[in-house]
Order: sequence, then structure tokens, then C-alpha cells
Amino acid sequence: MMGAATMTEPAIDRHTLFEFLLRMGDNTLILGHRLSEWCGHAPALEEDIALANTALDLIGQTQLWFGLAGEVENKGRSADDLAYLRDAYEFRNLLLAERPNGDFGKTLMRQFLFDAWHYLCLQALLGSSDRRIAAIAEKVSKEVAYHLERSRDLVIRLGDGTAESHARMQAGLDDLWPYTGEMFIEEAPDAALAAASVAPEPSSIKAEWHSLVAETLSEATLKKPADGYMHKGGRRGIHTEHLGYVLAELQFLQRAYPGATW
Amino acid sequence: MATMTCPSVEEIWRWLAEVSDPEIPVISVTDLGIVRNVAWKGETLVVTVTPTYSGCPATTVINFDIERALRNRGVESVRIERQLSPAWTTDWISAEGREKLKNYGIAPPVDGTAANGRLLKRVASLSGSSDLSISCPRCGSTETEKISQFGSTPCKASYRCSSCLEPFDYFKCI
Repeated sequence: MMGAATMTEPAIDRHTLFEFLLRMGDNTLILGHRLSEWCGHAPALEEDIALANTALDLIGQTQLWFGLAGEVENKGRSADDLAYLRDAYEFRNLLLAERPNGDFGKTLMRQFLFDAWHYLCLQALLGSSDRRIAAIAEKVSKEVAYHLERSRDLVIRLGDGTAESHARMQAGLDDLWPYTGEMFIEEAPDAALAAASVAPEPSSIKAEWHSLVAETLSEATLKKPADGYMHKGGRRGIHTEHLGYVLAELQFLQRAYPGATW
Repeated sequence: MATMTCPSVEEIWRWLAEVSDPEIPVISVTDLGIVRNVAWKGETLVVTVTPTYSGCPATTVINFDIERALRNRGVESVRIERQLSPAWTTDWISAEGREKLKNYGIAPPVDGTAANGRLLKRVASLSGSSDLSISCPRCGSTETEKISQFGSTPCKASYRCSSCLEPFDYFKCI
């Protein structure tokens, strides 16, 4: 087991690899939790089920990323420990993932902006020099292809829908746009990750993301906002106030009753 | 307390063919194609299983059911190993499994219909004019329309038959 793991480990230090795996898992955990908040509240039964299923996929993917993160860190922390027993400053998710749900349209817009990035990122990770990361990417990219197909379809349908749905989609887009720039910003570990061919440089998927988003927004008759100030910091642990509320709910049980199982 | 002789790998596969999927009890874990390998390592039987979907809650139950079935057959030492790559695909569902799904009321996966992220021309499905020929498992009509990408579980989509008007689950191609 250890022998096999050593063989597939690229030349990169443990801590940098751990940070990268947290980024992936924190994105899927926090967005998965946000989507689960919709359970029982969506405007139609089918959409309620679809949101819950997407949340389930994302939380399942989190287990894969955190499972490997715990193994790489080698301090005996399980996927559950990483999800339930870290504080906000230790989370590495994009700020976009923690944005409040808003209305159904805004949730779908957030999902589309994220899915487009997620899908392209996973495509690049298929070629990761770390075979464990490539294996997870191979598994989850198939699920994410369905997420992207659905969120893109709905952004077009609602954007090019009624005056009301169009206005809501445009408002959601305008609100979320300043949180998209962070996806492509280089942070400290990125150069090392790219040099070891573990993960792509964030900027390398920017052009394709912009083209997919521009094409979709155009079909949706929505206006792409101008690139102004972009919020950042999530991947360094500097979050908006919203993450604390997410964690309060997500982690309550394990904090109040440490080690509780069911 | 005599130690049993190790049953053959072929025999183990036959036993596994009787372990049902907990969500869709008419098909077995071997019909689904999720058992990737069976091998003896010394006295321990190692069964390699691949998950269907990352978040599928049935995964734990499936592993438990496999272990229990083998222990009931007298295999004392069983280890279940997870294998992620190559990732599970609905192509691995056996012909027999597809027939069983259909008879159970779930339209089996149609090859080549997986989401591929490239999104070319897939928007046509929005208007109901889907180019995918998914037949209704009840009346066989191909006049069907997608209601939602996700059905009762992540592995299924919701469809409706325009001929007999019945809603049904479609096992998505992945």
C-alpha cells in the first residue's frame, strides 16, 4: 500500500499537495451544503430533487478529495475530521461557493459559473502527474458533466424566459460576477503545483471558461458584466462572513457532541 | 473447525451474481458491472469494487452485502478494495441487467447519451425535441420527453412517455 502510494507521488511537498486537495474538497463541500439548503424549498419537485442530487454528488466528491488529503497529510485526520473540525480560516474554497443561495435563478447562475470552472479544471486534472488525483478527476468529471449540462440549460431557459425570470437571472449574474475572478488568480502554491504537473495553473483555463460563459450568456440573452473589482482570498482562508454561518450549521453536531456517530 | 478449501474464483463470481443492488433489487452487483476483480491473496478473498456515483449512499450497503453474502457461504476472510480508475460506466451493465431494468420499469442506459461537457446541440432537448431515443419501459414508445436531468437517485433522470403518458425513470448513461 505504502509502496504503491510512493510510486505515484510526484515531486512536490506534502503540505502543498494537502493544500490543493483541500481546495478541491472545500469547494465541493461548501457548495454541496449550500445546495442542500434548498431541500424541500425548490419551486418544483423535479428541481428540488435535482438540487439535492447535485448536492449529494458534490458531498460524495468531497469524501474522495478529503480522503486523499488526510492520507497525504498523514496525521491521522479522516475526511470527516477535515469537514467538521476545521475553522473558517482553514477553508480553501472559492468565495463563489459560499455565496448565499438567493432566489432559484441566482442559485442556478452560481452553479453554472462554478460548474463551467469545475468541469474545465477536472479535465485538466485528468492529466495530473499524481495518479490518485487523476483517478478522482476521471470519476467525478463524468458527474460534473451532468451538472454543467443542467445548469447551462437552465441558465438559458430562465435567461431567455419571461421578463421576470430574465431580470432575476441578470441580477444574479451581476451580483456573482465579482466573485468569478478569483478562480483564475495565482496563489502561492500554484507555481509549484503546475511545475510538478499536479494541477494546471489557474489562469490556464480562463480563456476557455470565458468563451463557454460568453456563449451561454449570449444564448440566454443576458449581458455579461464588465470585469471590475474582483473579490479574492478564499483559497488563502480569507472568507466572507457567510462561511461562518455555513460552518455553524454544518459542524454543529460534531462540535456539540464530539465523536457522535449514527 | 476444519478449514474449508478456498472456493474457486468462478464459484465466487456465481455467488456475487446473487447479491442484489440495494436500490434496484432486481439487478445484481455483477449485472451492474461494479465488481471489477475477485482474487485470493493467501487466505483472504479480495473483492475489488468500483463506486457508481461518488455520493451514492448505496455504496456502503453494497460493500456490506457483498461481505455478508460471502461470509454466509463460509468465506472467513474477506477484504473489499475500492478502485476508482477506470471509472465506472453504464457500458458495464450487462445485457441481462439491461433487460431486468426494463422489466422493472426503468429505461436502461442508451449508449452514447452521456453528458460530455461539450454541450453541442444538447440544448435541443429543452424544447422536448430530444434526439435521444429513450423508449418507454411500459409501452415501448420512443415518443418520450425528459422532465428532469435527475430522478429518484443521481443515476437516473425523469422522463415521461408521450404515448401512454406514464412517467418513468431513465438510467442515465455515464
